[in-house]
Amino acid sequence: MKNLLKLFSIIILIITSNSFSFAAEKVEYLKTDWSFKGLFGKFDRASLQRGYQVYTEVCASCHSMKYLSYRNLAEPGGPEFSEAQAKAIAASFEVTDGPNSDGEMFTRPGKLSDKFVMPYDNVKAAQAANGGAYPPDMSVLVKARGGGVDYIYSLLQGYEEAPSNVSLDDGVYYNKYMYGNKIRMAAPLSDGLVEYGDGTNATVEQMSKDVTTFLMWSAEPHLESRHQMGFKAIVYLIILTVLVYFSMKRIWSRVESEV
Amino acid sequence: MSDHDYRPKSKAGQWFNDRLPLLTLANHLTDYPTPKNLNYWWTFGGILTFCLITQIVTGLTLAMHYIAHADMAFESVEHIMRDVNYGWLIRYIHANGASMFFLAVYIHIFRSLFYGSYKSPREIIWILGIIIYLLMMAAAFMGYVLPWGQMSFWGATVITNLFSAIPLVGEGIVTWLWGGYSVDNPTLTRFFTLHYLIPFLILGLVVLHIWALHVPGNNNPVGIDIKKPSKDTVPFHPYIVIKDGFALLMFMIVFAFFVFYAPNILGHADNYIEANPMVTPAHIVPEWYLLPFYAILRSVPDKLLGVVAMLSAILILAVLPWLDTSKIRSAVFRPLYKQFYWILVADVLILGYVGAMPAEGLYLLVARIATAYYFLHFLVILPVLGFKEKTLPVPLSITEPVLGGSPNLAAARNKESKIE
Repeated sequence: MKNLLKLFSIIILIITSNSFSFAAEKVEYLKTDWSFKGLFGKFDRASLQRGYQVYTEVCASCHSMKYLSYRNLAEPGGPEFSEAQAKAIAASFEVTDGPNSDGEMFTRPGKLSDKFVMPYDNVKAAQAANGGAYPPDMSVLVKARGGGVDYIYSLLQGYEEAPSNVSLDDGVYYNKYMYGNKIRMAAPLSDGLVEYGDGTNATVEQMSKDVTTFLMWSAEPHLESRHQMGFKAIVYLIILTVLVYFSMKRIWSRVESEV
Repeated sequence: MSDHDYRPKSKAGQWFNDRLPLLTLANHLTDYPTPKNLNYWWTFGGILTFCLITQIVTGLTLAMHYIAHADMAFESVEHIMRDVNYGWLIRYIHANGASMFFLAVYIHIFRSLFYGSYKSPREIIWILGIIIYLLMMAAAFMGYVLPWGQMSFWGATVITNLFSAIPLVGEGIVTWLWGGYSVDNPTLTRFFTLHYLIPFLILGLVVLHIWALHVPGNNNPVGIDIKKPSKDTVPFHPYIVIKDGFALLMFMIVFAFFVFYAPNILGHADNYIEANPMVTPAHIVPEWYLLPFYAILRSVPDKLLGVVAMLSAILILAVLPWLDTSKIRSAVFRPLYKQFYWILVADVLILGYVGAMPAEGLYLLVARIATAYYFLHFLVILPVLGFKEKTLPVPLSITEPVLGGSPNLAAARNKESKIE
């Protein structure tokens, strides 16, 4: 048994040391207490709803979120807006549909089943409107960046005056957490930019945290059920392992060999 | 297959068994005499069977929802993650399952290296194993391409481009592999087809691998031939079944931890960006399990020779039974080999580490030294060691001590427990 523990600790050591080796270039990211980390991590519902507000009022003017549907906003494990609220949100967007029986495209108010409406029709249009830079789709953005939530959270607060030795072109900004420090997005947040319905003070830090929480959910909409199922699965496996261990001891006691 | 004198008890069983001896096979598998001193390193064969079946079952399910088209592959993966019932679970098991599969296969291979399981009369088992390992790498590489993320696309570009190193026909071969003039939709659809095919080839080879194993029987930590069945053996069922089951459960706990709590830690963030032929990622790195070979590839300045070195690094294993000249199997009785064995383990880990780093400066130097040592181990150290090494006396059986007490067996047991 002792040997087994040793064996598995070696395995875990090898795996973790291997994965650490990927984290090559390192900047210290800002840290905050994410409610969704850990074995029982869950999203902070109010933060998700505020985060959606920041996304839709600020980010959504340039960044699409094409893999999400309005119905997701009312689903369990997410912001959990009521169905009526989600319907109202969907209806506030104009969706192009068609062709109708006359062969014409037409617009109608959004429905729960519609995907999030994109700010630009295509990548080229997005680039044209943003000085050649494409604002990335935000659906899985958190998983598409090495530093994950900490990186996004830091980046949103990482705008600074460029040091004197760095020269910036027009439309390029200095951000101490950005790879290469140069970013084509102007600082998107400023204190009081949105007005939270629940009275929370909309500081840059608060908005960064809320919108990053929202992005984490959009990238991992089933995170809560994953954590819950994981805990049950591992507890079940541990109990079964213990039972099998004692059965094994009993069976092997018939021969004098050690297990 | 040893004893054919088995006869089913029931009339119906006898009738069936005379026409198709499946019951004889089942009886052989349950009674199969196994050395009773197998340690936990021997449980990885069963664990690997579990990994293969898990990959096939989850893979079939994913294939029902995945769309192999350059414009839709990435989206269909997101569809699986979001809208398919428990799609996230199935995909995370499949993606992490690949890593777990390789983790287990590396332990399995290094167990064989330590205890000399590849030596006569088990060469065919070993060679079948190397072919399985090669097919696993092909399957894993092509599977990584399917989500059509940035690493998928650029990994496929880098690896397929290796074939262009072949003189004269190289460029033609690459175009043929791609089905066009760049990695594109035809590449994706053929990779999907092959990714679907290979696991079943592996399954067939696994059957042969186990069949070949059941002819001479298992090697064991002492590395001696034993009489079967005898006091040295136990029947496969229930003894080995329960022990393998216990080890498998321990393995599944580690597996579950990754699936539920760190599902993306072994992957690369860039693969959540949809493939874009116009943008090259800053670092193109393969999955962790291919890194040692990637390091060998990059440590050779010439492209063709680099490819040759990388392939030789794997194929050299196939001739290992003839490179290792020592008659003694287990490293327990080979004091020098044991030290070189651990140096080799360290060497491969170092290669894996530098494989993940940029190929420049100190990293490149270390990669070159480690590559040279890798080949030195197999081509020089092993053949010479067989002649020069003073091995420890080997016991005659697992249970019965050598004449006049058993100092060696006691030593062997001590050392084994240290290794475990």
